[in-house]
Amino acid sequence: MARSPLSSAYWDGFRKGLPFLLIVAPFGALFGVLATEAGLQVFETMTFSMTVFAGAAQLTAIQMLNEGAPTAVALASALAVNLRMAMYSASLTPYLGAAPLWQRAFIAYFTVDQSYALSIAHYETSPEMSLAARIRFFFGTMTPIVPAWYASSLAGAVLGAQIPESWALDFALPITFLAIAAPMLRTLAHVAAAFVAVAVALLAAGLPFNLGLIVGGISGMMAGARVEVMLREKGLWDER
Amino acid sequence: MNGDTVQLWIIIVGLAIGSFTLRFVFLGLIGDRPMPDWLLRHLRYTAVAIIPAMVAPATVWPAATGGTPDLARLMAAAVTVVVGYVTKNLFAAIFSGAGTLYGLFYLLG
Repeated sequence: MARSPLSSAYWDGFRKGLPFLLIVAPFGALFGVLATEAGLQVFETMTFSMTVFAGAAQLTAIQMLNEGAPTAVALASALAVNLRMAMYSASLTPYLGAAPLWQRAFIAYFTVDQSYALSIAHYETSPEMSLAARIRFFFGTMTPIVPAWYASSLAGAVLGAQIPESWALDFALPITFLAIAAPMLRTLAHVAAAFVAVAVALLAAGLPFNLGLIVGGISGMMAGARVEVMLREKGLWDER
Repeated sequence: MNGDTVQLWIIIVGLAIGSFTLRFVFLGLIGDRPMPDWLLRHLRYTAVAIIPAMVAPATVWPAATGGTPDLARLMAAAVTVVVGYVTKNLFAAIFSGAGTLYGLFYLLG
């Protein structure tokens, strides 16, 4: 079956996005249920999901509202959970920065863990990809995920539908993301970055506002960059 | 409109604007302007640092077990990483990890 490179980039992204329905659907339903329990109307829940489009931050905000936190604290906590999005944005810039502004705005709205991780993994291993193909791939990953996010939020809010806990879908998140990250460990610098990030994130897991993730992530990035410099100085850096 | 509703809408609008700003800040404002080498060098490790840091606490202390480390989940994570590293294949890693998880649930009861 002959397909144009652009169309095949889109469908490649689409296929790789599919397994993430296992995370997005239970997560969206959970948000819908908890939002309703917190007293939100369906319209409010759906506006929340469609404008913010960031599950973990939304759950944080709902939890803070339930606990009666001041508005500013709830807002700041939820934004702190989303800080990693700024790092994703920076990391995507060398690959997508040349796109027209309106496309970059859409990409920004759709920048979530899944689209970022799948896209950056693909861009790194396919440096010959055109800008147009990269953009198609990015939107391909989101095509199954976006409707599932909206629909599952609605199902959770309206039906109170939740996936049974015995399915252990909580663990779909670690498995799917580890499955993206492991093939990316191409050099010693990447391995060092991952190990330091995990170690620091576990040690800093007690920090409020999910900041352990940011501290761990930045520590890992610094370790990776440092090892890369050391390998370059020794002439051992393999440019891939 | 009561106070709760006002608070909710402040949070929805604030979080919508704030989240978009975080996502747009680099991609939108830097665009295709060159970035310094040291910054690019750090950004090369964003994914391999942030993704493992994000899943590590959920792997070691799963919420579903009340935070007690769980053999099936730890083994499933380990198999996923090893298969992903060796095969470089997303689907092979996901299916072997999920297979390990449910296989161990079945064996360990």
